[in-house]
Formats: sequence, structure tokens, C-alpha cells
Amino acid sequence: MRRRTLLATSAATMLLAACGNGDDEGGENGAAPAIEGDENAPATIVFWSWAENIQTVVDLWNSKNPTQQVQLSGQAASDELVSKFLTASKAGNAPDVIQAEYQALPTLITNNALQDITSVIDPIKGAFAEGTWNLTSFSGATYAIPQDVGPMMLFYREDIFTEMGFSVPKTWEEFGVLAKAVRAKDPAKYLTTFSPGDAGWLAGFAQQAGANWWSNANDAWKVGINDEATKKMLAFWSGLVNAGDLLGDPMYTPQWNSQMSDGTIIAWPSAVWGAGVLAGVTPGTKGKWKVAPLPQWSASENVTGFWGGSSTGVAASSKQKAPAAKFARWITADPEAVAALVKIGLYPAATVGQGADMLGNAPEYMSNQPDYYTTAAAIAKTARGFDSWGPNTNVAYGAFEDLLPTAVKNKTDFAAVADQVQTTSVDDLKKQGYQVA
Amino acid sequence: MTTVSRRRRRGPGAAPYLMALPAVVLFIAFFLIPIGYAIWLSLHAMRVRGKGFGVRTEVFVGMENYVTAITDSAMYEALVRMLAYGVIMVPVTMGLALSFALMLDVPRVGLKGFTRISIFLPYAVPGVIASVLWGFTYLPAVSPITRAFTELGLPAPDFFGDVSIYFSIANIAIWGSVGFNMVVLYTALRAMPAEVYEAAKIDGASEWQIAWRIKIPLLAPALIMTSVFSLIGMLQVFSEPNTVKSVTNSITPDWVPLMRIYQQAFIENDVYLGSATSVLLALVTVLLSLAALAVFRLRARRSA
Repeated sequence: MRRRTLLATSAATMLLAACGNGDDEGGENGAAPAIEGDENAPATIVFWSWAENIQTVVDLWNSKNPTQQVQLSGQAASDELVSKFLTASKAGNAPDVIQAEYQALPTLITNNALQDITSVIDPIKGAFAEGTWNLTSFSGATYAIPQDVGPMMLFYREDIFTEMGFSVPKTWEEFGVLAKAVRAKDPAKYLTTFSPGDAGWLAGFAQQAGANWWSNANDAWKVGINDEATKKMLAFWSGLVNAGDLLGDPMYTPQWNSQMSDGTIIAWPSAVWGAGVLAGVTPGTKGKWKVAPLPQWSASENVTGFWGGSSTGVAASSKQKAPAAKFARWITADPEAVAALVKIGLYPAATVGQGADMLGNAPEYMSNQPDYYTTAAAIAKTARGFDSWGPNTNVAYGAFEDLLPTAVKNKTDFAAVADQVQTTSVDDLKKQGYQVA
Repeated sequence: MTTVSRRRRRGPGAAPYLMALPAVVLFIAFFLIPIGYAIWLSLHAMRVRGKGFGVRTEVFVGMENYVTAITDSAMYEALVRMLAYGVIMVPVTMGLALSFALMLDVPRVGLKGFTRISIFLPYAVPGVIASVLWGFTYLPAVSPITRAFTELGLPAPDFFGDVSIYFSIANIAIWGSVGFNMVVLYTALRAMPAEVYEAAKIDGASEWQIAWRIKIPLLAPALIMTSVFSLIGMLQVFSEPNTVKSVTNSITPDWVPLMRIYQQAFIENDVYLGSATSVLLALVTVLLSLAALAVFRLRARRSA
């Protein structure tokens, strides 16, 4: 019942949002350049996105807004999209609306390619959890609207756990003990693999541990990539991987696929979209995986981090920013649009889309866990991000992906890598001309 | 004065210029302008103005990017790795290509067409696809090679070890390029006058002696050309390690010079530094190719 009411209220909020006639546009805070013009003016909006089948969502908008048509331009991978978008912005033929991963936003903002949309997002702010909203806001300014999120959770092979008599680890300490127990009981099996080349995955673990890689105060950047929380987290994985209790091989390789399906690897810390990946990678183990909250750093805690997800923003070069922002608001927060996003397999960022009401039953692959989405929604509420993404997140990610695989190969302390990445990131910020606290 | 202009009028006129025009235009549009732009980029950089996120603006920084590029220790490590790879790749490719070409050229060898095609075929496989295929074979859990070794009770080879990784990557390039080089050498062999061999045979030379004393010296120009191609191939190595990178911890994102440049330009989003490094690498490539050509020519002249 309670969820129903909540849904009803947020739906009402969004209805209001949909009816809103742009009264709140005006940019009262002088710092942000306001979005001007009539948001209901006829327009042809060009939208860049890489999500599969998102055309169906766009079609829905087009059928309801005959004077404001959206043209979808399907783009390749998400990383490539950033370079492409920056180039297009320079060349003056950028789209009006763009889908961007959260950690890519700072790069787009500092290259002056994204519009500050703070003045037009009030109607839908309430549709998102605060932790989610922070993913697209930087020093009080909002540059994009969260579209889909990836709160992290633990996938595990329920059948193997039962067979071997293991219970799901509640804390990382238990996780470590379990990793050793798995090896002792069956030397052919590993609890999981620590994939050192995925900085986004690592960032999620760091967020959960309470790290704050970037924050901005008094116009100076504070970089905390080697803060205590991050080092604690890295030292934890370091101990297990270097002792041989866990694998240290990359994910998403043919080897990983085979190990995930033949039971060599029996757990996978991933995100809510992981069920879809598993369905593709190991279709044979359908109905054998279950999901649980990520292990915690202390038994009394209940937090998780984000891995992946994307947002929708308006290009700074757009000549029809008001209608573009209207579309961005719609596709991310309107219940109908959110329902359509769910249909194409995204886990929406708006809270209205996260309950079982909207998502329906568990994905077919997770048929053994009927409350999959209820569990996911509960976990999503506990997710925390960093204060901000840094203006050179790409450099930090690049440094991690450069150094961590080598640390795994040479069995050195992973926590030391955090110090190196910190130095690299700070040096780069200073070189670019940023103030670093 | 008048005679000169009269002479000019009698000349070919604008025709040669017109005919050369397409080539010149293409050369300028697709060669000089991009190089010029790269050089221009290499002298600039994005610098931040304003507070917080600030705004990046392009400014002239002079030689700063070049200083960064020259003092970049990662680049030198990448160069060393590239050389280690080249020391394996170039001689093995040339050796195999030459042996196959000579063997195919021996009279009374059966299944020539089939053999030639099967050696050449890997060249038609794009480098990325080849790397995916070989990467698959190198991964212990899915490798048929590892499986065969374990079935026989032997210790399985580690394809991603500190030293073996160079052989593993070189192997992919060798597999793909031997066929091409072999065809070039074989074609050169077929083009040689048969009288030379007949004369040698009359003098009592064996097939071995013909190969050593006649074919290889006569092949010198083709060998020089293919060796320079292989050297340039070494300098340009990118797709093999970059593809295999995703399946192993043994290959860093800056493993060879081109990967380092890619990292600078597209991962760190610093096209300016990437351009400076590219310009330097291009210079090194040109110098190395010229040096290699000079050395080979000198040798060829001496042995001739």
C-alpha cells in the first residue's frame, strides 16, 4: 500500500511537470545562463543515444507531440560518443539532446558542450532519489537528468552455494572468509574474479566504502582517490587476489564467459543490469543465479555504489534548448516514458520506475527470484555516489586501468596504485589550470 | 624576352599541370593539410579559465607538448617493448616468407596452388579478427592448446607470461603477414629468367646451391622492400596488442607507442599531446625507414 501511495504522489508530481508551462524558467541565479524561449514552440530535435531499441520511446514522444518531432540518431559505443559529440560541437553540428554516461559529464561540461539546465528541472527533481540526482549535479548546477542507473549488488550461484553449504556473505569480512572456504572445499572453483581493468566497477566499490574521489569547495578541487576508504577497499581485494583466494582475470572475456557458465566462478559483484549480461553470457545457468545486497564494510551498514548508468542532457550549441530540455525531462521522468525505458531493458533512474509495479515480475532469466525487482529497488535506495565526478575522471580511470592490471600480474599491493592515480590526477588537473586544494 | 615567351608558347602549355592537378590536390588535401593540422595542434593545448569546472579554451603553448612527450617515461618503455616485439616479428616473418617462397619455387613440388593460397589466406583476415581468434586460443580456460597439453599430462604453456607475451603477440602478426611477403618474394622469383637456373644446373649446382648463390642474391631488391615494410609494420603495431589487452593483465593500455598515443589522445582526451607524440613518432619512422633502406642498399651493392 505504501508503495502505491508513493507511486501515486510521484505520478502526480510528474503530471504537474508535464503540464508545467515553463513558469520556472528564467534563471534567477545569475551565474547560470538561462534557457530561453518557448518550450512548446515547434521544433525538430536531434537526439543521440546508444541504447538499444530506444526508437520505440522516441516514437511514443513523436506520436504525442506532432509539432515537436525528435529524430533519433543511433550512435555506437558510449565512450566513442563523447569524442564524437565533442568533435561535432566544435564543428557546429552537434545534436540537441545527448545520452551520456555519468562519468563523462565533467568532460562534456568543461569542454563547454553541455547546457546548464538548472533553471528548468525543478518540476521533476522530486522524481529521483537524492543520491541519484547528485550524479548529474556539479557545484549546485545541473547539467543532465539521470536516465538509468546501475546500483551494485551481488549475483551468486544459488545452486552451488546450497550444494557446498555456504551462505551469502553479509560483510566483506565474511566474503573474504568465504573466498578461502571455496578454495579449500573445491580447488577448481573461485568465489569471484577481481577484474582490474574496469575503473567504473572499482569506483562503485569505492563509493560503497565511503570514498569521495572528487569534491569541489570554494572553487578548488579536492581529489581523494587515495583516501582511507579507497585504500581499505583496494587492500582488501589485494590480500585475497595476491593470496590466490580470488582470480585476478578480466571480466567479459571468452574465458570469463566459460568460467561463469561452468561454475568455476560462483559469484559476481555487479549492478542491477547484470541479469541481462548473465542471460547473454551464460544462458545455460538460467534460474540458478540469485541476487543479494553487496557485502558491507560493517554489519550495521547498508550502502552500495553505482556501476554504469547514463543521463540525458541538452547540448550547449542547441538552438532550441527549451523544447530540447522538455524532451529530456520527459524521457527521463515521465511515467509513460519510464515505462517504455523499462520495456527496452533499462533500469530507470526515476524512483517511479524502480518498483515491481512498473518493472513487473523478475526478468525471465531470474525466474527463481520472483522478488528480483523489489530487492533491486530496495538496494537502489541505499546507493551513494561521490560528491561529484572530477573534471578529469577519464584520466583517473585511464591511470587505474593502466596500473591495476600490472599490480595484479606482479602481485603488488593494490592500495599503492591509488597513490599513483592520485598523483597522476592531481598533476593533470594542475597542468590544465584547475585549482587543487 | 620575346624569344623566351615564344618558346614557352611552343611548349606543352597547361596540359601537364592539369594532369598533375588531381594528384597534387589529393596530396595537399589528404597529406599536407592533416600533417599541418597535427603540427598546429601539437603547439596548442586546452587550458582552464574560471572557477570550479571552469571553461577550457585552446591556447598556444609552444613546445610544451613536445617537452612532455620527450620526457614521457611511459613512451620509452613502450618503445622498448615495441623493439622486443620487432626483434621477434621482423626476422621470423622474413625468414618464413623467404623459406616458403624458395620452397614453392623448387620444381616438382606438389600442391603448389593450394599451399600458396593457404599460406596467403591469413593475410586476408583483418588484424583485429586475427587477434580475437588468437586471444581465444591463448586464454587457459578455453584454449585448445592448453587442453591438449593437460590431456597429455604436460604443464600447459603460459601465453601471457613476462617473456612469452612478446612471442604471443608477434605470432599473431607473423601469422598474418608471412603470406603477403611470401607472395611478393615468390612473384619476384617467378619473374627471373629461366636461363640463369639452367646455366647453374648445367654447371652442376644443386637446388640448395641455386637457392643460396643465385636466388637469394637476385631477390635482394624484393627482400629490401619487404623488410622495410615489416619494419614499418613493427613501428605501427597497434591492433594486435590493443585487442588482446582486453583479455589479459599483461598488456597495459600504453604497451606500444601507438597505444600510448591513442591513450593520450582519446582516453586522456588530450589530442594536443597526442599530436606532438605522433609528430615525433612519424619523424622517427621516416628516419628509421631511410636508415634501413640505406643499410640494405649498401649491403646489396657490396654483395653484387
